Amino acid sequence: MVIEQTEKEYMRSGHMGCPGCGVASTMRLVLKALGEKTIVVIIPSCAAVISGAYPNSVMDVPSFHSAFEIAAPTAAGIANALKMRGEEDTTVLAFAGDGGTFDIGLQSLSGAADRNDNFIYVCLDNEAYMNTGIQSSSATPENAWTMTTPAGRQGKKKQFMQIIAAHRIPYAATAAMGYPLDLMEKVKKAKDIKGTKFIHTLAPCPTGWRMPEDLTAKSTMLAVETKLFPLYEIIDGTQYRITHEPQGLPVEEYLKIQGRYRQLNEGQIQQMQKEVDESWEKLITKTKGCI
Amino acid sequence: MKELLTGNYAVAEAVRLARVQLVAAYPITPQTPIYEKLSEMEMEGKLKGIMMRMESEHSAMAAVVAASLTGVRTFTATASQGIALMHEMLHFASGNRVPVVMCNVNRVIAIPWAFGSDQSDSLSQRDTGWLQFYCEDAQEACDTVIQAYRIAEQILLPIMVCIDGFFTSHFLEPIEIPDQASIDAFLPPFSLPSRFDIHNPAFIANVINADHYMQYRQRTFEDMEKAKPVIKEVNREYEEIIGRGYNMIEAVNTDDAEIVLVTSGAMTSTARMAIQSLRDKGYKAGLLKMKAFRPFPTEEVQEALKNVPRVAVLDRNISIGKEGIWCQELKAALYPLERRPLITGYIAGICGADVSPDMIEGMVIDSLQRKETGELPVWVRRD
Ligand code: SF4
Repeated sequence: MVIEQTEKEYMRSGHMGCPGCGVASTMRLVLKALGEKTIVVIIPSCAAVISGAYPNSVMDVPSFHSAFEIAAPTAAGIANALKMRGEEDTTVLAFAGDGGTFDIGLQSLSGAADRNDNFIYVCLDNEAYMNTGIQSSSATPENAWTMTTPAGRQGKKKQFMQIIAAHRIPYAATAAMGYPLDLMEKVKKAKDIKGTKFIHTLAPCPTGWRMPEDLTAKSTMLAVETKLFPLYEIIDGTQYRITHEPQGLPVEEYLKIQGRYRQLNEGQIQQMQKEVDESWEKLITKTKGCI
Repeated sequence: MKELLTGNYAVAEAVRLARVQLVAAYPITPQTPIYEKLSEMEMEGKLKGIMMRMESEHSAMAAVVAASLTGVRTFTATASQGIALMHEMLHFASGNRVPVVMCNVNRVIAIPWAFGSDQSDSLSQRDTGWLQFYCEDAQEACDTVIQAYRIAEQILLPIMVCIDGFFTSHFLEPIEIPDQASIDAFLPPFSLPSRFDIHNPAFIANVINADHYMQYRQRTFEDMEKAKPVIKEVNREYEEIIGRGYNMIEAVNTDDAEIVLVTSGAMTSTARMAIQSLRDKGYKAGLLKMKAFRPFPTEEVQEALKNVPRVAVLDRNISIGKEGIWCQELKAALYPLERRPLITGYIAGICGADVSPDMIEGMVIDSLQRKETGELPVWVRRD
């Protein structure tokens, strides 16, 4: 897979994230896919840090740093105002982290999705509150270490795509930066659909995942190939389609490169493998039209 | 031609006349009829803008701030718990310098749960950087909402127009709704550019350092001060075209007064009767109606009260741990005077409790007997 290098970038160099940040790379790919006529909403998160502090910004499209819990209604307000101004060929994009999506922003995202307001929402899921220093969110996987779950998180990761699907929005998809073409194609597809579009990206955080910074892309590939984070799309909340056939590697391959899973014992790994297999089976059932 | 309308409907008519392009709202008692009326107008094609039916007041304010930044005229309405939930976004509106106009229908804040009128909901938002106007009746509410767009769009700060829950919001009053042509002459179409310019991309609301932050706050503060002449000029023009107007304060019989009663909102109408009755009985009583709360009309208040020996402030709100909020502000405004009046604060009508002309007369007479400015407010209740 080769990304067309002649395409213009809409995220300039000089971002303020950590080296190897998966959030920054994902943002770059998403913006590249959308192109010039884009307005970006960012909320407090690593994405906001990455965007840069005044007077510098890496964003080469108009951007707005909104409040934490309102990525969706902010984007919706802009989209509706553009409609009133007759500028509907501009795409409104909201970037939010897992905390701003799964937790504090869930209610407002649900409201916008229910109204089917016209924007793309990209969740940059790094599986914890990394911007404030690695605290657990409801996107943090079971057993993962964070500063607020030092013994490993007890609860299971919220199945967010199911919540999104229940809203029956026209388009939802999962994506990961290790599969840049798949990600960019999904973003481009979302751009041409009217209504609320949701893309759940796995955006690794080497800092919080306790992982070397050169493993960012690889870690997402392992997440996908172990079926832990399958790549798929959901049309109208009902039609599921797998966009990449995973190899079915053992989950342990993914876990062992990350320090946040260091304390896992054999039994826990087996349990995680079992759950991943079951989830995959359920997903396959959904692709066959049985929900 | 006069129509019989409630205050809420009068506000909705003003929104229609202002050709608002985006309304985002969430229902809450006693604001709901504004939201319903606007929906009806949308259905009938009378309101040309987009209605966003939000999932919360917090999101409603987020949507109007964002839409306003995108260059369209916006409106929302709320009350009570709703404005409390909006609190964070009220700062966002003023911080982003957007000319959002909102109607707040004053209602008591829980807990205990109750529904009556009480200004604590909006007055407790005084430090959020919004202009706040308090209206005596439905006619004033209608005219003020229209004026608010002119003012907000000129100084680039959001404006809250407050009316008393149930009293003003639900009572029917004969109201003169201006005709569209007159309002079009007074209020030109929204002309602020979209802050999201594809050809000249900028980052709005970036992270800044302490020096910049302080500079920004100072500038916002100074612009709020600059709103004062703008408010007066806009009102003068409105008066010229429509034939009605309202100043930041209204002083009635204050020149020779031995005692002036300070009021705001719907209670002012009752106070007008009480003051007249006191005059008839030989008391030299005057009335000062406060309309603007932010910016605070300090000079006007000083001018009106500089020769008045006694002042009684009637508050339908309470800052627990201090006193009524208007009373605090009045005391602060009058402190620089060489001869300060003796000030007594009265708390009455909390949660819409009845405040009769008799009760107001009683307060004025009580304050005439006071020997010093009261530290704590006097609670006036019918037990
Ligand atoms: S903390 Fe993690 S997500 Fe945030 S900038 Fe650093 S690597 Fe990226």
